[in-house]
Order: sequence, then C-alpha cells, then structure tokens
Amino acid sequence: MALRRVSKKSIELGLWHSHGLVREFSTFSLPNLPYDYWALEPVIMTEIMKLHHQQHHQSYVTNYNNALVRLEHALTMADSPTIVRLQSAIKFNGGGHINHSIFWKNLSPVKELGGEPPKPSLGSAIDRQYGSLDALIQKVNAEGAALQGSGWVWLALDKERKQLSVETTADQDPLVTEGSALVPLIGIDVWEHAYYLQYRDVKSNYLKNIWKVINWKYASEIYEKECP
Amino acid sequence: MAIPVAFSASSSPTCTVLPRQGLPGILGSPRPLQWTKKEVCTLLYRRCRRKIGFMVTAKFDLKPPPYALNSLEPHMSQETLEYHWGKHHRGYVENLNKQIVGTELDGMSLEDIIIVSYNKGDLLPTFNNAGQIWNHNFFWESMKPGGGGKPDGDLLKLIERDFGSFEKFVEEFKSAAATQFGSGWAWLAYKANRLEVGNAVNPRPSDEDKKLVIVKSPNAVNPLVWDYSPLLTIDVWEHAYYLDFQNRRPDYISIFIEKLVSWDAVSSRLEIAKARAAEREREEERKKKEEDDKMADGETAEMYVDNETDDSEVE
Repeated sequence: MALRRVSKKSIELGLWHSHGLVREFSTFSLPNLPYDYWALEPVIMTEIMKLHHQQHHQSYVTNYNNALVRLEHALTMADSPTIVRLQSAIKFNGGGHINHSIFWKNLSPVKELGGEPPKPSLGSAIDRQYGSLDALIQKVNAEGAALQGSGWVWLALDKERKQLSVETTADQDPLVTEGSALVPLIGIDVWEHAYYLQYRDVKSNYLKNIWKVINWKYASEIYEKECP
Repeated sequence: MAIPVAFSASSSPTCTVLPRQGLPGILGSPRPLQWTKKEVCTLLYRRCRRKIGFMVTAKFDLKPPPYALNSLEPHMSQETLEYHWGKHHRGYVENLNKQIVGTELDGMSLEDIIIVSYNKGDLLPTFNNAGQIWNHNFFWESMKPGGGGKPDGDLLKLIERDFGSFEKFVEEFKSAAATQFGSGWAWLAYKANRLEVGNAVNPRPSDEDKKLVIVKSPNAVNPLVWDYSPLLTIDVWEHAYYLDFQNRRPDYISIFIEKLVSWDAVSSRLEIAKARAAEREREEERKKKEEDDKMADGETAEMYVDNETDDSEVE
C-alpha cells in the first residue's frame, strides 16, 4: 500500500514583507513501496530494490529538499545568481524523485498485477498505434537499449493529441521535458544501478524480463483519466 | 577468461612498429612493449597491404590494461575488471569496428574519429563508441597496482601552483567526480594557449595560460574535443564501481585517489603535453610571421586609397 508521508514544515522567514507572511514550505518524503523488497524476485532481486529505494531514491529526495530550502532562502533574498545556480540540482534531484515515484507504481509482483496485459481502452489504443502489445514492447526495449549513458525510456500519452508515443529522457529529466503535454504511463529506469548487480552489462535481458512485473493496471488508469 | 600477463618494461622492444592503438596519439605515455615475432609479422603485413592499397579493414583492437585483471584487488575487484574491460570496453571496440567498416572513418586514427564524430557537439553515431574506447584505454593506464600516494617533480609544482596545494586539488577532483550527474568522467587536464571562450587561440600566449584544470564530462565526451591534453581520468559510469561500491560513489573516488592512481603515468603525460604545447606555439609563431611577411610584401596594393572629395561635415 502506497502511503505518501508529506511533512509540512512552516518556516518563518525573517522578513522584508510588511505583511509578516509566514511561508508554508512542504518538503518531500520517500514514498513507501507498494510491495516488499523481495516481491519482484526473480525479475528484480531484493538487493537491487533495497539499494534503489533506500539509497538512490532517498538521496534524490534528500538533495531535492536541500536544494528547495536553499532556493526558498535565495528567493527571499532576491539572490538571482543562487536561484539560477540551483536549477540543475533541482532538475536532477527533483526529476529523480518524480521518476522513481512513478517507477515503483509501474511495477507489481507477478502474483498480483505484474505482467497482466493492459485493459481494453489502453490495450486497443496500443493495438491501433503499434499493431500489437508485443510490437510496442519491442520498440520500448530497442529505445531503452540504444540509450547511451543514464536515462529513462517511457510509454507516454500526449494528452492533447490523445496519442501514445515512446520517448527517452537523459539522466533524471522527467518526461515533461520532452513535451509539456506528455503524461507518463510507464517509465523504465535504464540507469545501470537499476539492473547491474543482477544483469551486469546485458541491459537487454533486464528490458526483456521487466515486462513480467509491469503494472498495466496503473498505466490504464492514467490513460482512462486523460482519455475518458 | 585468460588473465593477460603484465608487459615487461625492461628489455628493449623487438620492433618499432606499433599498431595504431599501441601508441595512443602523442598524448599517451610511451610504454616499452615486447612484441612477439608473430605480432610483428602481422603488423608489418597489415601496413604493407595498406601501403599497396589493398582493401583492408583497419580494425581497432581491444588493448588490455598494463597489469593483470586481479592486480588492483582489493580496491577494484577482478570481477569488475572482467566486466568493465572484458565486456563494456570490448563491446565499444567491436561496435565501432562494425560502424566504420567501408566508411571514410575506416583507416583514420581513433583521435581523429573522435573529433570528426564529435561534430562540434552534434554527435554522430560513432562518437560514443570511439570516445569510450579512448577513455577506457586512458583510464586503465591511469591506474596501477600499488598506486596512490603523492606526485612529485614538475607535476606536483604545477598542482600546487594551480590548485594551492595537493590536498585542495584532491578535494576539487573528488567533488567533480561526485557531482558529474549521470554517466561520465572527471579529468585532470593540461590546458594551453586557449582563451576561456570558444577554443580561441590566445593572441598573446604566456606561461600563465598554460595550466592544469579539472573538468568533468558526460557519457563519452573527453577533453580532446576541447583541445585540452588529458592527464588523468576516473570513470564515474555506474558500471565502473557498482559491483564493488554499489551506490557509494564517493568511497570509490577516495579509493581511486588513495590506492590506484598512477602518478608516474600522469607525470609522463604532462611532459608530453608541455612539449606538444611548446611545439604548437612555435608553429603558430611561424605561421604568424609568414602572414606578417606576406602583408609587408603586398602592402602598397592593400593600402586604403584616400578619397579625393572632402567628406568632412565641418563647414
């Protein structure tokens, strides 16, 4: 069960503004996984899930929060150089938090929803656009394999044109950097930390196997919300 | 997989003919190598065929590190070397060879392929493989069993001049390596006669312009594309450290500096870089003098001819 704990910290900033404003500043927290660390075995091993969630995702959250606190202060001080300088840390760590939060929901143990094909409306959209689910999977895997360095491969929905597309983003860039109308349905992390301990240099095996634990129900819900 | 034997550095080489990759451009440290008779014959045969204009595929070879794959233990495991060199590095070599066959890149040196494929930032498909081959060759040679410690001589002097102290240099290098977001590399490089902007040549070069810099680069990019001379590198792609350190990149970086760096290699690269910079300076001075001489000869023809009419607005 996914429980997002969001703590609200009120930071009273010592003020310029005559109104005596108190700013509400929400920091972000690491979301719980909707399943146990071992639940995606043998597709994704326990050790990877633990490191990925408790170390990598946690560190994005921590650094994101730090950058936001510094941004808040810089905004108050009207310190433009610092405001601008913080953008890359915000993009990287904030993007990491966004992407991984989606990723945990994209996955589900095989005995629950993992691997079950998408429901009718998304399923038929996929068939219409790609011919078949298999064809889509081939395309996603090809794009993921071809991505050089670190990044993500996405099944995206353009909510304005009501069209699906396969996209890639570099590093921790969220999908929206490829197009403001793009909504992520499925994202697959192809950073080496996502698979290296188990699959080593054979990224293609990771991509082949991950579909066994992909949670199409979640993707379908997002799709139906945007394309009722 | 057979563990390659470390090359002997003692006896004189049996031949002076080196494969394109055996001498990694003028920037690599010259290593005395002992070639077998068979290797020499293969090389001479290949060169001969190329000269006569036969249809030869000029393939790159996977160069082994100058030490056995288990000799960096416990700081960098044999397993890491087996995958990192045996799979990743090998993959780049095989893929580049496939990509260049029959193209105009076939037969070019690795450095030239890198510069051409960099294409001023609009990367061509061969860039990733070519860059990564060069980077990994350079990386293996940046380390040695029993490495670490401190540099000495000219290198230490320059480090102290340009960073304040060796400790400050280490701090800055570690920070660069830790903050390269995503995959990439951190470098110590020698920068000479270049202005800060756009690789322009400094019209008034001085010794102060020649300095050591720390830079970081994403994915396969390396300082050759900025016309710097690389001296030292650390690979911060996750595959370089994940088996040994998992997410703990800062620990990997510390171990690299404390236990693995070959300061000898860095020093000899610095000497080559300084010599290269001096040679270029002489070349640029010579060119400038030639141009000045040409200008002086054609001066009367080039001169601005005064207009007869009075353009002055003053009445």
